[in-house]
Amino acid sequence: MTEQTHEIRLHVNGVPHTATVPARRLLSDCLRHDLGLTGTHVGCEHGVCGACTVRLDGLPVRSCLMFAVSAQGHEITTVEGMAAPDGTPHPVQRAFRECHGLQCGFCTPGFLAVVAAFLEENPDPTEEQAREAVGGNLCRCTGYQNIVRSVLRAAELAREHPGAEPPGAGAAAEGGRA
Amino acid sequence: MTTPTPRTPVPVHSPREAPSPVHSPREAPPSPASSTPGGVGSSPRRPDGTLKVTGEFAYSSDMWMDDMLWGATLRSPHPHARIRGIDVTGAVRMPGVHAVLTHEDVPGEKRYGLEYRDQPVLAFGKVRYRGEPVAIVAADHPETARRALDRVRVDYEVLEPVSDPVRAAFDPDCPLVHEAGEDLPPAHPAHHRSGNRVRYQPVRTGAFADGATAAEVRALADVVVTGEYQVGMQDQAFLGPESGLAVPAEDGGVDLHIATQWLHVDQSQIAPCLGLPPEKVRLTLAGVGGAFGAREDMSMQVHACMLALRTGRPVKIVYNREESFHGHVHRHPARLRYEHGATRDGRLVYATAEIVLDGGAYASTTAAVVGVASSLGLGPYEIPHARVDAYGVYTTNPPCGAMRGFGAVQACFCYESQLDRLAAELGLHPVELRIRNAMSEGSRTATGQRVDMPLPMADMLRRAREMPMPPERAAAGPVDVRALPGGVANTSRGEGVRRGVGYGVGLKNLCFSEGFDDYSTARVRLEVVGGEPAVQVHTAAAEVGQGLVTIKGQIARTELGVERVTVLPSDTRVGSAGSSSASRQSYMTGGAVRAACLAVRARVFELVRAAGLVGDDHPDELLGLAGGKVVSGARGVLVSLADLLGASAVEETREFRHRATEMLDPTTGQGASHTQFGMCVHRAVVDVDVDLGLVKVVALDAVQDVGRVLHPQQLAGQIQGGSAQGLGLALMEEIQVSGSVIRNPSFTDYLIPTILDVPPMRIEVLEHPDPHAPYGLRGAGEPPTLSSTPAIVAAVRAATGRPLSRIPVRPEDIVGIERD
Repeated sequence: MTEQTHEIRLHVNGVPHTATVPARRLLSDCLRHDLGLTGTHVGCEHGVCGACTVRLDGLPVRSCLMFAVSAQGHEITTVEGMAAPDGTPHPVQRAFRECHGLQCGFCTPGFLAVVAAFLEENPDPTEEQAREAVGGNLCRCTGYQNIVRSVLRAAELAREHPGAEPPGAGAAAEGGRA
Repeated sequence: MTTPTPRTPVPVHSPREAPSPVHSPREAPPSPASSTPGGVGSSPRRPDGTLKVTGEFAYSSDMWMDDMLWGATLRSPHPHARIRGIDVTGAVRMPGVHAVLTHEDVPGEKRYGLEYRDQPVLAFGKVRYRGEPVAIVAADHPETARRALDRVRVDYEVLEPVSDPVRAAFDPDCPLVHEAGEDLPPAHPAHHRSGNRVRYQPVRTGAFADGATAAEVRALADVVVTGEYQVGMQDQAFLGPESGLAVPAEDGGVDLHIATQWLHVDQSQIAPCLGLPPEKVRLTLAGVGGAFGAREDMSMQVHACMLALRTGRPVKIVYNREESFHGHVHRHPARLRYEHGATRDGRLVYATAEIVLDGGAYASTTAAVVGVASSLGLGPYEIPHARVDAYGVYTTNPPCGAMRGFGAVQACFCYESQLDRLAAELGLHPVELRIRNAMSEGSRTATGQRVDMPLPMADMLRRAREMPMPPERAAAGPVDVRALPGGVANTSRGEGVRRGVGYGVGLKNLCFSEGFDDYSTARVRLEVVGGEPAVQVHTAAAEVGQGLVTIKGQIARTELGVERVTVLPSDTRVGSAGSSSASRQSYMTGGAVRAACLAVRARVFELVRAAGLVGDDHPDELLGLAGGKVVSGARGVLVSLADLLGASAVEETREFRHRATEMLDPTTGQGASHTQFGMCVHRAVVDVDVDLGLVKVVALDAVQDVGRVLHPQQLAGQIQGGSAQGLGLALMEEIQVSGSVIRNPSFTDYLIPTILDVPPMRIEVLEHPDPHAPYGLRGAGEPPTLSSTPAIVAAVRAATGRPLSRIPVRPEDIVGIERD
């Protein structure tokens, strides 16, 4: 193929990566295919389902709606980088597992990214707020009730362990699990 | 590990809701070693949960090999056309392209099919639906593969589509989708296959069995209600699109890593198409991103294997979402006509139903769907005179097959709508009318099958009616628009919003029906690892998200009294487990795991006896396994498994079958065709903006009998997930097909409920054990998908007074705008 490509540098889960991609390469495809980070899932390819959500400088973004080249200079956190450097799972990860907030699990990484960012903004949400927080993500298995539970439980867990560093705030800079 | 509390009420409710415990009105028989932590009845965490929250769980779309090629599929742009020629030269010449294959390259059988082999691996002669695979390409990059598809030239002679299923069923002049002279296998003689009909199944009881006409039977009733109904095409819309990786093997065979619902039935279809013996086509289950029936039929399985065998390289195929909409079967859309007659005091006298199910271009499971729709077409009611005619037809519409609750979902919407109409005519509460006609243990279905297991329908209806109501909307004061139909779109501040309440109840067959030799296989191995007893469980059963992987471990813990259980990946190195469908895996693979565990246990007890640990003075001593030890009822611990087994292992493989079922009589539809019945009752509360036709479901509460709860937390997930899919069918989910073409193949245009569409769901679970089933359990996945739809539509009717005879209900149906 004669298409022009670009050498890009991406900072993902605290680790610098380089990739050679055409300008139109989606961030989701770049993460999955060029960097091998397949924890980010692609469900609809156009920003509806939210399965591909990652965090960009802490904010949740749909990686299927962003070009990889535009992600340069930003700190990207994927599901692979949510755990603490010592491998301790993030409270949101623990809560989804504990509360059966997942079945097939395909949508889960997107929910985790959204919920982790939400709880940093709102560490003690009401159930209503928890529901709204995940209103933009699709889950086909659970009927969402256990996801709401997981959000509230994650808030509890985070309060129980206030020392746990939030992801995406540069916390994974030292030795994230890429 | 959670401490098991099998008989303690377990709260299953939305967070911060008032608790709504799982009731256990009747004790299930205790299991021999149910005290093992993480055993049956407790809620241990799912073993794949950690990988699924860390991103390490490998879905089929995540498979990767460094030297792999990418496959892509050329699909027909026409729903119905004759293929005059295919020219692949332009594609073959493209740099990076390694293979371009058409029907001429299929090494073996040219057709496959889940129940009836009528579907071409790659189209030849004709294409019969838009999106039918015509050619496949393998290239070094997915984009190269897709570009190569553009260079394949197919010369089509476009034919008139066969889009109307009713015409396909009844018009002798309707063009045939599968023309005479095609070399198709013989159909089952009892299916009345003819013309475009895949199967016709009548059911006749009472006077109808003696040849009475509808007019004659109608004279027996005081009140008659009739209805014509339509059910739209629903998509399973799993989130992980179809994908797989085929790896050529040195022995000339192929290893396929695939997301499927039934490894062995894939294998049995793939191998003949490849011209290989089954043992050379080995399948391993890759991570499955949801299924709901859509993965029961094959998608790219044969294609990936063909490309891998041709190129000698691993080949990966991943569908995108639009391709996925064309790449799997959907729920059968249906046209249905019902008539019910009752006495003035609300006793059903007769009912008739004519059900036409649109199977689309290929048979898939259409015959089985007809079997369910006919046998359960009138629902869980005592009806002296019944007449059902169910048809499944070929059209050139997208192929339809399995989706959660198939055949029963379509019928349930109609018979429940009929019961509501009848209740209105009679001035009875809908629940009261249902209770007066409710089936129970000992009742006979319309097919004459006696219900020989508990069916506490009347009790379930009463419980649903008595569940606490959500609070009324405040008549005055500040308005929270988020709680109103339209939500933050701020389309109403409460004006024009009316509340309605509706009920639904459905009856679903569980496990496979109609004489199918339904079985599952499990291999269980007990050995000592690191000084501790450990169990391995190996089956071919597909974990599709439902949590079977957890259940298998729970059963092994309970039966062997060993906490450390490893569930091996599912593959074809062990015998078939049957499909992860028909709500059957807890019953069937659960039953197989239990049987294999019991065989292992018997072997352990033989070792105990051989070691002389059972004295002559205790010949009939009752032995058990608990806490990793062999225990005697009388004398306590006899020996630890670690000491007894040492370096040896005990391994047993067992097949488990449910009791035999019968074919339906082809003329009368009589026969004990089903294994087990499941039931769920829903009560829905909705707020409807009657000006704009917008609906907000305020509550969707369920009562379900599951015989025995194996895992309370996962069970709640099944009921809530199934209820949400029923909500989708009621209000928003429809593949819109016109001229046999799908008009909305994306998640922008095919709407799936979000959390903002799904209300808190209260669940009450009953445990009346089925004496025929392992642990007394009843399959749980499908029943909630039946009853939530009619409950919601009934609630919308109650709020609006509109007849609403079509699902999904559209805004224009609510506000009363006619549509052509």
